[in-house]
Amino acid sequence: MKSNDVILQTVTNIVLFIILMFSVFIFFNGHHEPGGGFIGGLMTSSALVLLLLAYDLETVKRVLPVDFKHVTAAGLLVAVGTGMGSFFFDAPFLSQTYGYRHFPVLGELELATALIFDIGVYLVVVGITLTIIQTIGEDR
Amino acid sequence: MFTALHLAIIAPFLAAVFVPLLYKKIPSIHTGWFVLIVPAILFVYFLQYIPTTSEEGAVSAVFPWIPSLGIHFRAYVDGLGLLFTLLITGIGALVVLYSIYYLSKKRESLHTFYTFLLMFMGAMLGVVLSDNMIVLYLFWEVTSVSSFLLISYWYEREKSLYGALKSMLITVLGGFSMLVGFVLLYSITGTFSIQETIAATSETASHNLFLPAMLAILLGAFTKSAQFPFHIWLPDAMEAPTPVSAYLHSATMVKAGIYLIARLTPVFAVSGEWLWIVAGFGITTLFWGSFSAVRQTDLKGILAYSTVSQLGMIISMLGVGAAALHFDGANGNNVFIGATTAALFHLFNHATFKGSLFMMVGIVDHETGTRDIRNLGGLMTIMPITFTIAAIGSFSMAGLPPFNGFLSKELFFTSMVNITEFQQFNMDTIGMVFPAVAWIASVFTFIYSMIVVFKTFTGPLQKEKLDTKPHEAPFGMLLAPIVLVSLVIVIGFFPNVLSYTIIAPAMASILSPLLEQGQQFEVDIYFWHGFGTPLKMTIGVVIAGILLYLGMKKWKGVYRLFPEKLSFNNLYDQTLDKGEVLSQKIMGAHMNGFIRNYLVYIFAFIAAFLLITMFYKGAFTIDVSDTAPITIYESILFLVLFAAVGVMMFTTSRLTMIIGLGVAGYTVAMFFVIFRAPDLALTQLIIETVSVALFLLCFYHLPQIAKNLEPIRFKAVNFIISAAVGITVTLIGISAGSSRMFESISGFFKDYSYKEAGGRNMVNVILVDFRGFDTMLEILVLGIAAAGIFTMIRLRLAGRDEL
Amino acid sequence: MEILMSVAAGILFMGGTYLVLSKNIIRIIIGTSVISHGAHILLLTMAGLKTGAPPLLGLEASSYTDPLPQALILTAIVISFGVTSFFIVLGYRAYKENGTDNTENMRGTDSYD
Repeated sequence: MKSNDVILQTVTNIVLFIILMFSVFIFFNGHHEPGGGFIGGLMTSSALVLLLLAYDLETVKRVLPVDFKHVTAAGLLVAVGTGMGSFFFDAPFLSQTYGYRHFPVLGELELATALIFDIGVYLVVVGITLTIIQTIGEDR
Repeated sequence: MFTALHLAIIAPFLAAVFVPLLYKKIPSIHTGWFVLIVPAILFVYFLQYIPTTSEEGAVSAVFPWIPSLGIHFRAYVDGLGLLFTLLITGIGALVVLYSIYYLSKKRESLHTFYTFLLMFMGAMLGVVLSDNMIVLYLFWEVTSVSSFLLISYWYEREKSLYGALKSMLITVLGGFSMLVGFVLLYSITGTFSIQETIAATSETASHNLFLPAMLAILLGAFTKSAQFPFHIWLPDAMEAPTPVSAYLHSATMVKAGIYLIARLTPVFAVSGEWLWIVAGFGITTLFWGSFSAVRQTDLKGILAYSTVSQLGMIISMLGVGAAALHFDGANGNNVFIGATTAALFHLFNHATFKGSLFMMVGIVDHETGTRDIRNLGGLMTIMPITFTIAAIGSFSMAGLPPFNGFLSKELFFTSMVNITEFQQFNMDTIGMVFPAVAWIASVFTFIYSMIVVFKTFTGPLQKEKLDTKPHEAPFGMLLAPIVLVSLVIVIGFFPNVLSYTIIAPAMASILSPLLEQGQQFEVDIYFWHGFGTPLKMTIGVVIAGILLYLGMKKWKGVYRLFPEKLSFNNLYDQTLDKGEVLSQKIMGAHMNGFIRNYLVYIFAFIAAFLLITMFYKGAFTIDVSDTAPITIYESILFLVLFAAVGVMMFTTSRLTMIIGLGVAGYTVAMFFVIFRAPDLALTQLIIETVSVALFLLCFYHLPQIAKNLEPIRFKAVNFIISAAVGITVTLIGISAGSSRMFESISGFFKDYSYKEAGGRNMVNVILVDFRGFDTMLEILVLGIAAAGIFTMIRLRLAGRDEL
Repeated sequence: MEILMSVAAGILFMGGTYLVLSKNIIRIIIGTSVISHGAHILLLTMAGLKTGAPPLLGLEASSYTDPLPQALILTAIVISFGVTSFFIVLGYRAYKENGTDNTENMRGTDSYD
């Protein structure tokens, strides 16, 4: 799948980062505003799919030398890990909690363990979307 | 609470886990030596319970398993359970010891053998020591499964597989029926606990489900204990290695049915049906088993039928013993108590002499290479110790003094004679059948016992028919049967060793209603109790037996009167064959491999089932009072959606179709926006984008959709079914929106999202916190889908053989 | 509105079923996608539409839309994405291996052995 669309490539270079930043924003926003692991993950992967369409598989592999199957596995591990984490506090599997901390620059922020779980979801979504697209794209 | 008792029950399972490891890591030592430790320790452990059960009655410990369904793993040790437990662990230890010499370390896959054997042992302990019927059922089925695995141990032999399948089908069928019986009992009493059921007996008997429950449970017990006509699986099960035959198919597993009958006697004995069915089936089996045993030529076949017949004998005694519950008190006037004593005593004796006989046959087979009595003979001088074992075991089986079999046979005759004095249920008239049949069956028992000894060990030695040169077995192999025959003799001389330690407590469990607090049964077993009817019967058996044995050639033609075609074996084979053909026909008729047919069934069923239910129940309601108003946006979007679906249905261009799907997806996303679901709208938009890209990527390689592939009739059927599905869904949607049966639970999320989980986006809080477990499994599903896609793409079938 | 949306769900189900019942593998795959859209709309409709503000407590509205069906649908959307992509690849690979996109030719032999 060779692509040589200069306009698409140029636009992608700029838009990619906007989408990626927005996806991270929407991911962290998830607990209070629309967003979260699923949406953030999907948005990140759609950005990468755009990159894939504008360039080709080889380029994407060079820019992001990551095996997305491992990303999926890592995500699952994080999600299960947060669940197991509850055991250390003598709570049932997947109990979540939250608290407030003061940070030097950012001021007072809410920290929820649910966020760690959401990171797992995020990683899985990114991992599987790209695994699927990549394996299909490679099959020639 | 998980107690040491529970641990003892599941210990064999735990040990089974380590067997393959030991087999792999320490190949120089026979794995059996490690396995031997388990039953030996358990035997000693359970011996400690003897004082407890004989003085206090029973001990129990509860471990809640599925508390919401009232299913607790209640380990319950009383006299009856302990008798079986000691048999299981004691004979188990001897069998393992024997198997160490029987199974070659080099040739056999010992790890599978011992894993299955331990699995069986644990399951059997579970059966006899659990008070909860569901737990009992579970272990019961595990015994069936492990028996199946052990019979098919030499799985390369056709006959092993046949025998294994047969035993599995019959015992599992019975087990399933037993489960039905338990559930029926539950519906009567409201408890799965056996002890509580026994306590509630008085109300149970009048219930109209009482008889069905009894019959269903008896079917389970009869199939397991190989009672006529379900006995056909036991002779075929003899394809198992001999230690297995000795252990499962003679000493323990087949006695699980006896255990169940004994255990539930207090529940069911009030009815005359129980007495007749149990005693009747038992006595029939006793006769048929002993009669069939005489015609066998395979030593193991003889022992198999003999086991069938002895099991029938024990069951008939239990049936007769149930009569005792129709009288009050445990005093000497209640003569029917003796039958229960006899049953338990014989249960123990049978395990000793039959176990030793099986081991003896195993030795003969091992040393000569054959079990066919036509090829055997003259081994007495070559294998003197084996001969001694065989003689003691067989004479005990035949009921000759001074062995333990004589004592239990005398008690058996006594109880059979006594039952004719029972004034209820026609026992005093037709009941005469019982002693008569018992006597005839005992004659046959005598004959086959003689065959086992004399055809094998006396007469001319036929060296040319033997594969190997016969010689005496190694001492290790003889050890286990020697222990058993010693018991045969010791108990023959001192039967009262067992009386108050084992038999009286076990009787207390079976006939518990007869006992008052602190009382116990009087058990006295003597050699000499006068020159009464039983002794006369025994003498008659010996005389008739010797005459018939000597003149066997003259009357053997009797067996030809039973044509092969009418046998139960044939019935089983035919049922199986016919069933297979029939089911293949039925399946072939509607499962033709064409996916559309299956989908037609599914969709037509959904539509028809839901529409009929809705109509029949009058569930369709329409309520427009509470609905939201329709605005211009929604109308436009609706039309767009309608158009997109229409285009997809009738286009033949791939690209148009994908665009149509995209349009539908984005329209749905717009609907989400309108219906105040921002998270959904965002997700739907991105998913739609990604999946359109995916569709384009893949469909690029697929051909155009062929035009006019499907005839009009085909399309019309499709259209009717799909229209029906669409209408069903619409009606359901309208009815569901119009009727509120109860308050929505979403109030909870409004109140607690922020308070409990610290999030203001309720949807996200539900996903990651309240229903986090669902989300975790969901991403797991996604991971599996991705793995599936990855392997599918990489998998190359080309170049491999056509599957 | 609820009635209109129920009809919309019905239409999606009808179209999806019709596509699924055809012999062509592309149409079958697209059909499953359409059915899942229908299911999502149906779920949302059954809970009642526009009963309040979006389920975001930050809006401090007096009433909110039911968040539970939304959470269910969000899960369903993502799962159906996984299933659809699995189907696509299955169809694609089946075509590559068997050389046909007609399910009638994919049924294999009649023997059960």
